[in-house]
Amino acid sequence: MSILIDKDTKVICQGFTGKQGTFHSQQALDYGTRLVGGVTPERGGETHLGLPVFNTVQDAVNDTGATASVIYVPPFYAADAILEAVDAGIQLIVCITEGIPILQMLRVKAAMAGTGALLIGPNCPGIITPGACKIGIMPANIHLPGSIGIVSRSGTLTYESVHQTTAQGLGQSTCVGIGGDPIHGMNFVDVLSRFQADPQTKGIVMVGEIGGGEEEEAAEYIKAHVTKPVVAYIAGQTAPPGKRMGHAGAIVTGGKGTAEGKVAALKAAGIEVVSSPTDIGVAMKGCL
Amino acid sequence: MNIHEYQAKQLFLHYAIPAPDGKQAKTPEAAEQVAEELGGDGWVVKAQVHAGGRGKVGGVKLAKSLAEVAEFSRDMLGKRLVTQQTGAEGLPINSLLIEKTYPIKRELYLSLLVDRSSERIIFIASAAGGMDIETVAHETPEQIISVPIHPAAGLQGYQCRKVAYALGLKGSQIKALGKIMQGLYDLFLAKDASQIEINPLIETDSGELIALDAKINFDDNAVEAHPDIRAMKDAEQEDEKENKAQQFGLNYITLEGNIGCMVNGAGLAMATMDLVKLKGGLPANFLDVGGGTSVEKVCEAFKLILSDHSVKAVLVNIFGGIVQCDIIAAGILAAVEQVHVTVPVVVRLEGTNAEQGRALLSNTGLNLYAADDLAHAAEQAVALAEAA
Repeated sequence: MSILIDKDTKVICQGFTGKQGTFHSQQALDYGTRLVGGVTPERGGETHLGLPVFNTVQDAVNDTGATASVIYVPPFYAADAILEAVDAGIQLIVCITEGIPILQMLRVKAAMAGTGALLIGPNCPGIITPGACKIGIMPANIHLPGSIGIVSRSGTLTYESVHQTTAQGLGQSTCVGIGGDPIHGMNFVDVLSRFQADPQTKGIVMVGEIGGGEEEEAAEYIKAHVTKPVVAYIAGQTAPPGKRMGHAGAIVTGGKGTAEGKVAALKAAGIEVVSSPTDIGVAMKGCL
Repeated sequence: MNIHEYQAKQLFLHYAIPAPDGKQAKTPEAAEQVAEELGGDGWVVKAQVHAGGRGKVGGVKLAKSLAEVAEFSRDMLGKRLVTQQTGAEGLPINSLLIEKTYPIKRELYLSLLVDRSSERIIFIASAAGGMDIETVAHETPEQIISVPIHPAAGLQGYQCRKVAYALGLKGSQIKALGKIMQGLYDLFLAKDASQIEINPLIETDSGELIALDAKINFDDNAVEAHPDIRAMKDAEQEDEKENKAQQFGLNYITLEGNIGCMVNGAGLAMATMDLVKLKGGLPANFLDVGGGTSVEKVCEAFKLILSDHSVKAVLVNIFGGIVQCDIIAAGILAAVEQVHVTVPVVVRLEGTNAEQGRALLSNTGLNLYAADDLAHAAEQAVALAEAA
């Protein structure tokens, strides 16, 4: 078991024939992901990487039965791509694109309400169930099928957590990068609840950062609903207030969204919070 | 992206949001002329810098004569203004806004921003204007009203009335506030703002509502689509190194420590800064070299770090995913060829092509320290900076 995706998940790629789409689709195929085709308007009927290209997501779904889609289109086209996937009945949409204007994401989220579709990202590395299905830009070789669920707002800190849990011999059930944008799809709680319900997942690594209040919400949720051990790390303890630290969502404004506040909330909920990002793997092992 | 108050008020005019009569001036003579054209017997001289808290440090002055307008202008222009929001170096005062003064009956607060948790644009208003709104929110939260706008429905009349009554407005003021709120909402959407703040919005003795101050921030991800807004950028109000970094597509923020950091990924860059501090040092910067990086970009990033003379050691921390470690190594070597590197450099490479990268950096005869363990790398960088 794993969460959200497994070896049978049929995936299509939007922005399939572009540079990013091509590179990462090839990597996904090499990993064994059941990538069944892709979408590029006006290129329908062609073959790319040995797979069919479709003009629309609906055509791709009708022909392949895909239930997941990964989006590699430029920022000003990404909102359109997400909503096209929703419209075609895609259940899991993974948007890698960084730099989507926030007002566009605000409309996308309002339009998605009630559709039942799940969105991961944008501005994220994607999702991987090691040994089964890789949807996104994460380096494949650091992963190991195993028992730790990882959820993070940061791509590279997801890799760091993967690397450490692999080094400890624990491996990962599924890793989800929920993205660094202020308005995004699935949040910590959405992913934590699935890890709690997943029998393969024995422990959870949660990596947060400054900005917003999702870590605080996660702390409350964990206290009330999660019985599995959780190790958390919060990045940005030395970040100056009012400055955006790379991620559009990583900013402390008006004294809100500080690392101290998040660490305190998590600790108050009884969660082990490591102060060094290099201690994640060891701490997780110690909890099991 | 930030703009100046005078630019924000020009945008207000296009959206029928009433602002004081006034004009920008870049010399004391021009300031005096503006005041003369405005007429009356009192003016306000406002330093145009990208920071709040100007009034408390002499950046806003009331002049009673044209001579005083010129005098205050002379005092301010060419100086740097240090406010509680600027840091110790302050920001250069290169222009002023000269405005007519108005008899103030009450000071109100009105702002518009994207609320992350509700995923809505919300209006925030308070009858306690003129103060720091965060202080009001903290001490007297009951004095603040917030109204979320559904993106499909847009701003509704009842929402404006709700705010107007909460602010204690009456009669024709209700409609006037509705027009201001609609103008703000339209401006927000049309120009991809991320925050618009009017503090204070004044009620004059005759009952008029006027935006005495104006602050607008724009969504950096959307500015590209708005050439008119992009043209309002004032690079002199921003950190020189941060501007330079932007040209090369790098995310760089100047900090106060002495350990330069070059990292891939925003999260790992923050974590690296935190780790440096945890090991007893202080980071000199935040720097994310990004995903699709090149030898040139890494080279520029490295030069940028070295251009900060407080840097005593550099810590490079790369977890190669899309980023290939050998490209990072080649970029560092290219930078080393172009500039004289006198400080020690600790390099931790992990992930894609890490071994090739480490091989490139070994035997270069430089002050390079290869570390495969991040905790060890941070410790080493801190120790080397202390020894320098």
